[in-house]
Amino acid sequence: MIVLLIIQSVVISRLPLLHGTADIVLLVLVAWALQEKVKHAWGWALIAGLMVSLVSAMPYFSPLIGYLLIVGIARILQRHVWQMPILAMFVATVGGTLVQNVLYYLALQIHGTPLPLNESLSLIILPSALLNLLLSLPVYALVSDLANWVYPVEVEI
Amino acid sequence: MNLPFRRYWQTTLLVLVVIGILVLALSGYLGPLLKLALDPLVGAQGWLSSRYMAVYEFVTVPRDVASLRARNAQLEDDVSGLQTQVIQLQQQQRQAQVLYALLNFARANPENEYVAASVIGRDPSPFLHYVLIDHGSDDGIRHGMPVVTQQGLVGRVDAVTAGAARVQLINDPGSQINVKLQSSQTEVMLNGSITGDINLGMIPQDLNLQPGEVVLTSGLGGNYPQEVVVGQVVSVRKRETDLFQTASVQPAVDFNSLQAVLIITNFTPVNVTPLIPTTSP
Repeated sequence: MIVLLIIQSVVISRLPLLHGTADIVLLVLVAWALQEKVKHAWGWALIAGLMVSLVSAMPYFSPLIGYLLIVGIARILQRHVWQMPILAMFVATVGGTLVQNVLYYLALQIHGTPLPLNESLSLIILPSALLNLLLSLPVYALVSDLANWVYPVEVEI
Repeated sequence: MNLPFRRYWQTTLLVLVVIGILVLALSGYLGPLLKLALDPLVGAQGWLSSRYMAVYEFVTVPRDVASLRARNAQLEDDVSGLQTQVIQLQQQQRQAQVLYALLNFARANPENEYVAASVIGRDPSPFLHYVLIDHGSDDGIRHGMPVVTQQGLVGRVDAVTAGAARVQLINDPGSQINVKLQSSQTEVMLNGSITGDINLGMIPQDLNLQPGEVVLTSGLGGNYPQEVVVGQVVSVRKRETDLFQTASVQPAVDFNSLQAVLIITNFTPVNVTPLIPTTSP
């Protein structure tokens, strides 16, 4: 998770589309939470949320709340759309990005930072959702391989 | 004739023939004859030699190709190593240029004490414009210290750990700075935005503001030292119905390519929050 946060801070944050950027931590959390065998997704969301809250200037631990909400969405989708994990990944990515960015927007507004809604939506939230959507498929493939490596399938002989 | 006499004449004749041939060869009369006799031999030797070399190459070339391939691979390794060195040296040269520029700026402003730091990351949230630097409280950096480069104002330290710090850039949407216009010395307010643009607000309507005007920090509010360059006015928006004019400012610092910064460590920001009047319950 530390490596992901470093990649996010050093590389991904410098590659904007308009003014939105992808969130590699969010993508990995969503992909990890969608894996059927994984049981500690909440724990990883907690760790990621605390780490991003420490690094970011976002107020009120909003990254922590955002990541917990996103993992919640992913776990619900994993139970209901378990036959189509790719579709669940797409939906969770777009939904999670929107939820997280709206949460950030509200937190900054409450904190007193003036943010115009139209610009926030068109320049940050939607481009971020698009970038996350583009990256969701390769990230899902990598995380699936990682999950299969961490939790190998048990074969009865 | 007896036998010794015959042998004597044969030997004498042979010697005379040899001498005659030598005389003919040395005088050059034998050349055409020799050419006529040697040409077929030379041709045959050339043919044989070329066939021999063909067979020799057929036998030995595979070994040479293998050695050439090995040599080629070694040379390619050398080239890639040298290219890596060139890239590293170019990076070091760029870093050195940045540091020299910062050093010159620090020498030109001896009234301030500086700590140089490298930019190591950005805030993960796209809503915010913050950078992370590689120096913290162990190096004397404290909350609120102004951050500059040789070009102008960058921002101020927002949070500090032992070995790193977070800097709020002046183009962050939460940033508000008291600045003044160089020519008129008029105090105005500079605001950041989510797009990274910076704008001037609270400009009096009667002020004749022109593009190209230099914007400096005013020192009001106690958060920044005075007379630090912020940028230049690019465009002015003036409407009769508004109370104030607004203007777009081109920052002096390119925040996208920010590599190293200077933190002014002998400037103590003033906390004016207790002096702001609040409504009593």
